[in-house]
Amino acid sequence: MKITLAHGSGGKSTTQLINSVFAKHFSNPILNMMEDSAVVDGSSKIAVTTDSFVVTPLVFKGGDIGRLSVCGTINDLLMRGAVPKYITSAFIIEEGADSELLEQIAKSMAQTANEAGVTVICGDTKVIEGNAGIYINTTGVGFVKESTDIVSTNLREGDAIVVSGNIGDHHAAILSARMGIENNIESDNAPLGEMVHKMLKNGIELHCMRDVTRGGLGTVLNELASASKVNIELIEENIPVNSEVKAFAKILGLDILHMGNEGKLVAIMPKAQAEKALDIIRKCRYGENAQIIGEVKHGKGVTLITPIGGKRQVNVLYGEGLPRIC
Amino acid sequence: MNIKEITKFLSEYDGSELSFMEVCGTHTAAISESGIPSLLSSKIKLISGPGCPVCVTVASYIDRLCSLALEENVCIVTFGDLIRVPGSSSSLQEVKSNGGKIKMVYSPFEIIDLAKNNPATIYIFAAVGFETTTPIYAVLLEKIEKENIKNIKFLTALKTMPSAIESICKTSGKIDGFIAPGNVSVITGSDEFKPLAEKYNIPFAVSGFKAEELLSSIYALIKLHGKGKVINLYKSAVTDSGNEKAKTLVNKYFEPCDAVWRGIGEIKNSGMMLKKEYLAYDAGSSQLTQDNVKNNSCRCGEIITGSASPHKCPLFSKLCTPENPQGTCMVSNEGTCFNYYINNRG
Repeated sequence: MKITLAHGSGGKSTTQLINSVFAKHFSNPILNMMEDSAVVDGSSKIAVTTDSFVVTPLVFKGGDIGRLSVCGTINDLLMRGAVPKYITSAFIIEEGADSELLEQIAKSMAQTANEAGVTVICGDTKVIEGNAGIYINTTGVGFVKESTDIVSTNLREGDAIVVSGNIGDHHAAILSARMGIENNIESDNAPLGEMVHKMLKNGIELHCMRDVTRGGLGTVLNELASASKVNIELIEENIPVNSEVKAFAKILGLDILHMGNEGKLVAIMPKAQAEKALDIIRKCRYGENAQIIGEVKHGKGVTLITPIGGKRQVNVLYGEGLPRIC
Repeated sequence: MNIKEITKFLSEYDGSELSFMEVCGTHTAAISESGIPSLLSSKIKLISGPGCPVCVTVASYIDRLCSLALEENVCIVTFGDLIRVPGSSSSLQEVKSNGGKIKMVYSPFEIIDLAKNNPATIYIFAAVGFETTTPIYAVLLEKIEKENIKNIKFLTALKTMPSAIESICKTSGKIDGFIAPGNVSVITGSDEFKPLAEKYNIPFAVSGFKAEELLSSIYALIKLHGKGKVINLYKSAVTDSGNEKAKTLVNKYFEPCDAVWRGIGEIKNSGMMLKKEYLAYDAGSSQLTQDNVKNNSCRCGEIITGSASPHKCPLFSKLCTPENPQGTCMVSNEGTCFNYYINNRG
């Protein structure tokens, strides 16, 4: 079935669409009440974040916009040490979109929410004129322990930088799909709750965490260095990159350090705890390729030690050059 | 000597001060990325040359693309780098936001499907590049001819290296050796640089793009200092005489011409344009010689000929940044100023 403007009218067609797609896959006691707003249990300290997803293609190797819309928001909550609890789901659908594809996306969203341990508590559906595009906004709510203090200003000299796995995968997967290039590169979009919870549970003193999304590792680490007024020194050889992604980036002239992920984090903790943290992350789903990639030093900016022993500055990504990837 | 010993030699070098020019933009990017400048003795200076095609494209060429993009039933097809290059008043990016039709591609061959699917639109490829890229346009032309596609044209600003390097040899006088452009040499062959080496008594090292290959080339240039020799250290890809097949195809469609280089001016016999019999495919490439730069203080011309480093430009990192480039060298990721800026190169 093709979705038409009638499905966004608020009338019978809208109800049918909501029932056949969203209520079917997101079903839970809070959502099923179909009230104007969801009333839920809370916590004294909550984390809230929102994100909109406009990626094309809607389905790509290793994921789809539905999975991405959950992972992106949940991971942002996790990076502040929160336990994600609730997520909202607002769809903007262009007329002509295929209802089967919509259902596939909603199903994938529900599965990912389930994997991440969050409940979809409310939603919205709009249909607009256009060309069969689908866009999703999600807002996430998580509970934070009173004592948790994970922020970008916390980096200290001597801290270690750990990355949870290969960088650049999502970026390379999306670009390959857009360019019609056949390869084995898959997006890494994934919820990172397991590794974050286990690090916290095992007493890792996390000074800061960030998920490595748009702008890539180079941009993220520059933001942290600037916020904490420190230098971050990276060892290029220790940065994990899938060999196929590396070759892909080389051919297209892309800098791996500026390629985005959707299922990788950097965690910064005292050096003495880095090996323990690495061990925990590597035993978690999505963390098998984790590495200690650098150290916090006195100074500013991000420095890279190259394989030949050269030193260079790593800067933030300038411009976009490429279409949006999330 | 292994690479460790070469690196040690280069960092401890204490002879006379030497300046080497890497001509090719891809070398400039590779040198910055691998942190080579941080490994060299202060007596060895690397200067970036005019080998980034975007950086040497004159303002009137960009202006012509901008005006074509606004014409009815015309679409400009281009590589991404060119989109942000400032013309005399605006860039393609700015024109696009005002309704100009501009399509960014990764491969020139994408223009074929575009043209076939939209026969009422004339697609104009913004054909810039050196000896490396021109054969690709020649192959594309061959395909267009064969398939009798009528709605593809080219706006060309094609350049060739030897005359440009000669003009640097004549005017600069400060260069002790050239890291010859690797990709260009694949097509031309390493012999292309022999006449220049001998005439000006300057060594040329044809180099690959890996850090180790570049270090070896710098070492070779020191050893050949004062000798008019060409050494090919990129034998896996470069032969003495180059790729004859590519050269033949280029010569079928293109012929040498004088060309204006941004910030430098006209260099005799340093360009390529479509031959008379193929002018039907040309979108008005001749006479694009005006080079009214966006900001008069811009020193791109001196920078790409090695007469000044980016730090000598009053705009560098102040008014001119990758987000707001005033000159071409700050636009392309192979541009000298861009690389000095993002890698904090001194």
